[in-house]
Amino acid sequence: MIRVLKKGLYTSIQDLGRVGYRNFGVPISGVMDHDSAILANSILANMENDAVMEITLQGPQLQFLTATKIAITGADLSPTLNGEPITANNSLDIKRNDILDFGKRINGARAYLAIAGGFQTDLALNSRSYCQDITTKKTLDHGDDVSFLSSFAANSKLYRKSIIAPSVINKLELKVHKGPEYDLLNVEQKDRLETQAFTIGLNNRMAYQLEEPLGNQLRSILSSAVLPGTVQLTPSGKMIILMRDCQTTGGYPRIFQLSESAINVLSQKIQDEVISFTWV
Amino acid sequence: MNHPLTYKPFGDIAILIEWPSKIDEDILNDIILLYGSILTNKPNSVTEVIQSINSITILYDAQSITFEALKSWLEKQHKNKSSARNTSRTLWKVPVCYDQIFGLDLQELSDQRGLQIDEIINIHSESIYKIYSIGFLPGFLYLGGLDQRLHIGRKSTPRLEILKGAVGIGGEQTGIYPTASPGGWQIIGNTPISLFDISKESPCFAKPGDNIQFVPVSLSEHKGLAELIALDSYKLEKEVLND
Repeated sequence: MIRVLKKGLYTSIQDLGRVGYRNFGVPISGVMDHDSAILANSILANMENDAVMEITLQGPQLQFLTATKIAITGADLSPTLNGEPITANNSLDIKRNDILDFGKRINGARAYLAIAGGFQTDLALNSRSYCQDITTKKTLDHGDDVSFLSSFAANSKLYRKSIIAPSVINKLELKVHKGPEYDLLNVEQKDRLETQAFTIGLNNRMAYQLEEPLGNQLRSILSSAVLPGTVQLTPSGKMIILMRDCQTTGGYPRIFQLSESAINVLSQKIQDEVISFTWV
Repeated sequence: MNHPLTYKPFGDIAILIEWPSKIDEDILNDIILLYGSILTNKPNSVTEVIQSINSITILYDAQSITFEALKSWLEKQHKNKSSARNTSRTLWKVPVCYDQIFGLDLQELSDQRGLQIDEIINIHSESIYKIYSIGFLPGFLYLGGLDQRLHIGRKSTPRLEILKGAVGIGGEQTGIYPTASPGGWQIIGNTPISLFDISKESPCFAKPGDNIQFVPVSLSEHKGLAELIALDSYKLEKEVLND
């Protein structure tokens, strides 16, 4: 069991998402940065879909009530164990009552904490991913106890160390495909999308807004499927990039679809950072 | 009926099949038939299928099938699908309390459209609505068939919180808020039923193609139904429509 002593800015339990319920309007959810979460699980020889803790910008303070092994990947949020700095992308032995803490954000937006055997929070529609209106909790709170399979830690020969550098953190280009309504854009809009840089505005697990308006002469479409990574052109002319907790359908023109790796890249970006688009 | 379909790549993880851009029962019928056929026969490379008003989105694993191969498989499914008339004849009778405690915008609707509140309730509850798709929020039903006399624009300032079960009108659509959320629709009533229940294998009681009718209930009936629902001892009434 892990006890949450301080909850941090936005800390949630996520796996690879709630597959198969979008036809009922249920968001897919799941870790924002798949690459980093899968890396954390693979360091511990977990299954790819095992639930991890997604830690956003300002980390929580956690106390381990049971010995285990962990791995931290993704954003560098200055993790410490009992006050001593620890190495990311590495498997770490945890003793009973150890305290994991986070400090200053060095880079990225989201760190992932994997634990031997994965977190064992309740399943809702076959997934442990926290999501508003689906799971009872949206984020972890002070005093929460989060369970995991303590027996897994004994099986230490399974674990391997990893020093794969997190490649997503510093990328500024998002690889995109044409979206279903791309061809409706005019030449000037298409040109600007290829040449201009765009500044990230407000953002969360549902969507990232982009600040610079592109202009919008297009009509709304009949409500149709949207996916994580869909770039919508809103009536104000600004773009929003939908992310893992996005709604399942929408009526704004879908001008781009981010590649899967570009969704991971964007997941590690924060407000005021600048991105550009490039074709896959 | 033969609809011209377009098949577009949606990133490298999905195919978007589109019908002409209109809310149309023939298109709905075609979508339901093709959706059924895809679900029944789908290869393992297809991971998820999402129905909408005039489209189906098929998510697939690009490692195990190409866009072209999946497209020709889908074209074959569409060609060979059954030609049965397949929109459901199930009619769900959804209880709605139109008391002004819930119907916050009944007066505004009455003023704007020049109808008595009783007339609004009659028009809204006499119509039979068709479910075109479920989306946007978990359990949100896109309903077709709102009487033109009740069309009204969204509120200029959205409310920060609308109750779960609120029945509203936004433009040419009526619908039910499945959960409490902010929203800009004109609110005319409230249903005590749950549109979405994650403890059920099929979390939404209805499916695209089904029909919905709103049945007016009093404030005390609404309260009684809410209590039954909380005890899980209420079953939504349904009928089979005759052609």
